[in-house]
Amino acid sequence: MTPIDRSRVPPAGPPPRVTLPHIEQRALSNGLTLLVVEMRELPVVDVALVTRSGAHADLSDVAGRAHLAADLLDEGTTSRSALQIAEEADLLGAALHARATWDDTEVGMHVLTPRFARAMDLLIDVALHPAYAEAEVERKRKERLAAILQEQDEPRVVASNEFARVVYGDAHPYGSPIGGTARSVSALDRGALAAFHEARQRPGNAFLVVVGDVVADEVVRALEPVLGAWQDAPVPEVDVPTAGPPGSTTIHVVDRPGAPQSELRIGHIGPPRGAPDYFALLVLNTIFGGAFTSRLNSRLREEKGFTYGAGSAFAFRRDGGPFVASSAVFTGASAEAVGIVLHEMQRIREERVSDEELDRAKSYLALGLPRRLETTADILRIVSEQELHGLGDRYYDEYVERVRAVSREDVLEAAQRRFDPAHATVVVAGDHAEIAGPLEALGVGPVVKAASRAETELNRTGT
Amino acid sequence: MQISLPYDTFVLDNGLRVFLHEHHATPLVSVNLWYHVGSASERPGRTGFAHLFEHLMFEGSKHVPPGQFDNLLESLGATNNGSTNPDRTNYWEDVPSNGLEVALWLEADRMGWLADAMTQERLDGQRDVVRNERRQSYENRPYGLAFETILAALYPSEHPYSWPTIGSMADLAAATMDDVLAFFRTWYTPGNATLAIAGDIDAHHARALVERYFAEIPAGGAVQPVGATPVALARDVHQVLEDDVQLARLYMTWHSPAAYAEGDAEMEAIAQVLADGKASRLYRSLVYEKQVAQSVSAFQDGGRLGSAFYIVITARPGVALGPLEDEVRSTIAALATQGVRSEEVERARNHMETAFVDELQNVGGFGGRADRLNNYWFFVGDAGYSAQDLERYRAVTADHVRDVARRVLTRPCVTLSVVPRGRRELAAGSEGDA
Repeated sequence: MTPIDRSRVPPAGPPPRVTLPHIEQRALSNGLTLLVVEMRELPVVDVALVTRSGAHADLSDVAGRAHLAADLLDEGTTSRSALQIAEEADLLGAALHARATWDDTEVGMHVLTPRFARAMDLLIDVALHPAYAEAEVERKRKERLAAILQEQDEPRVVASNEFARVVYGDAHPYGSPIGGTARSVSALDRGALAAFHEARQRPGNAFLVVVGDVVADEVVRALEPVLGAWQDAPVPEVDVPTAGPPGSTTIHVVDRPGAPQSELRIGHIGPPRGAPDYFALLVLNTIFGGAFTSRLNSRLREEKGFTYGAGSAFAFRRDGGPFVASSAVFTGASAEAVGIVLHEMQRIREERVSDEELDRAKSYLALGLPRRLETTADILRIVSEQELHGLGDRYYDEYVERVRAVSREDVLEAAQRRFDPAHATVVVAGDHAEIAGPLEALGVGPVVKAASRAETELNRTGT
Repeated sequence: MQISLPYDTFVLDNGLRVFLHEHHATPLVSVNLWYHVGSASERPGRTGFAHLFEHLMFEGSKHVPPGQFDNLLESLGATNNGSTNPDRTNYWEDVPSNGLEVALWLEADRMGWLADAMTQERLDGQRDVVRNERRQSYENRPYGLAFETILAALYPSEHPYSWPTIGSMADLAAATMDDVLAFFRTWYTPGNATLAIAGDIDAHHARALVERYFAEIPAGGAVQPVGATPVALARDVHQVLEDDVQLARLYMTWHSPAAYAEGDAEMEAIAQVLADGKASRLYRSLVYEKQVAQSVSAFQDGGRLGSAFYIVITARPGVALGPLEDEVRSTIAALATQGVRSEEVERARNHMETAFVDELQNVGGFGGRADRLNNYWFFVGDAGYSAQDLERYRAVTADHVRDVARRVLTRPCVTLSVVPRGRRELAAGSEGDA
């Protein structure tokens, strides 16, 4: 056999074209939008009823309301008990879920085609007729309170919660954990949850996505008699306060005595999902901290050996969600790692990224699209996102082109517009005695010891 | 429902076995390579090596400079990863179909020429990364040291499953360049690996590419598969671990039938019956009705030399673990004497069937089509085992479940209580008792 020249990277050839599955858009007589994608290869269906109301509607005193209201949907309906729902779903082999995000409430399931019709009947009952029985509310509320207690053990959760609280403050919904705080959840009752559901679960505020081994016409025909009678009504507006302007950089330390690592969260408020520079931000973040070869991971993991991984993300939500860089670094590296993240935030605002970085990031995003379109659950996710954020029917058809159009100048401008290291909030959950001195010595801002969430709540209630 | 993964197979002269599976749903190809080496191949005092080695596999080889492995794949829009467990190490690249050749070139280069590029600096760098991984996933994580503690109690210290895959900090520090090179030469040979390629490929073309890049790699020496004498616990063991946690947690662990062995599918069904979903026995009783537990889970951790079956229960604040252990024991006793209801078996079967079909939606990643071909070959010697695999779940009956529960779960087990610091009174049993 002729030896081959291994020192040259083999040619890759032209990338395959991505064909997005066709979305059939229909409406029921009550106005409910149906989005159906036929994927007939395997006998599976993914379905979700998405309501355009989530935790974004929870102002501080009712933090956790949307989360708990969603959690209770499959805990009993007017005709089925919690256990009956579970048994029925299990017997159908259907994975049924109900959950709230910041932007929506979703009741969804995954099921094999032969059991789709029966499972759909269950899903509709759960989504539209929850009982919110006192005993079930009380049970789930206690479970949630224990979960909040448990979150104190998780360094990642502690750091992220403190970061959100400092950045958004107590008045803004994004300042509290999506599942609420011990204080807010203690005050939630049956009335609050049922009212939230009643006011917002309306066909005009929702859409249904069905993806998989189905025929669109048949889905519409089957659902009209069941869902068509669901009555519409106007949904109340929520007046969300504007989060305050950022102060100068402050380092907040949540003390975790003896912790071998520090969890870092560094960032500030970012733009909303609808931002016009969205694609430039995707590319910017991929280069900065959004991929394995990103600057943050390369420097903190590969070059310095400080961490198992480092990354960053814009949390794109209806309102401006946080931009945050995060990592868990060994205790002795805490201050240097914070310095590196802030330095990299500054550097990418000052110098254009290299052509090589730009090409790699754009290719990673554009050519990686097929990987996000493989399963029925994948397609459901993108169709939902497109509809929820009003991105337009052609959004994913144009995705590759729009990523490709981003230039080095676009990335620089996006960084200058959206990165703000001088006003960044830094949260470090770690061993205060070990890290406070070095963090102070960094000279980027004052170091304050954060009160624990429990202490904060005691102060607020005047105890 | 018929499930099959049709494939072509061939073996190169150097011993590399290859499986090719065409699936044209998405223009995506998964290249998936299994090396039959895991933490069970290590020796005491040098643990954590197979996993540390997995990290080194991404650090460059003779013709692939440091950083280029990931750079090139990201430039193709690909994603890649690897994982190590006691039995095997796997590596995969999921690439758009035009990237197949690049992925094969990368994998072949590290199989054939990793040692040429290994340096002390790369070893030290990845050793630091792995120490950080250990801090993140074990030492700085609530309940993070539980599994390590359980394994040490479940197996005698010379047993290859008695240490965790991540290894100990001391052993990681002790790893030398000579260890790295010897380990590589012993285990990372074509004859100790299988390569599966699934997705949008032309099988003839793919075969030609495999031959082009892999045929030249020398065969290497014969490899003896890791063996171990069967183990059993002589008596129940109780242990207590204090941790920075708010809620106490109970772990009960039994030796159970090896992956794919007779009784393995039944153990998965038992896990479902006990703890999957609200209608399961332990969830219903402890979480739903008595509300003394925050969560329950049960799972079969399948291994080639034997499996471990776990029941894990997190208590509500202040709840002692003793009564939770009693509830588990009485639930198991009922299972072993009266068996299960037919609808419980049906529910478990349906769940397993759905999960089985789900994974087939992906050509790549962990558990996707390519990974499965290698998995079946490794465990049952037949890459085309998928149809029979589904059959073994369909064949589970209430009688089988009762018999297997009686045989496995009425034997001694390891009971570990993880309690908040200073709250040993919450622990189940007394330490080390019979």
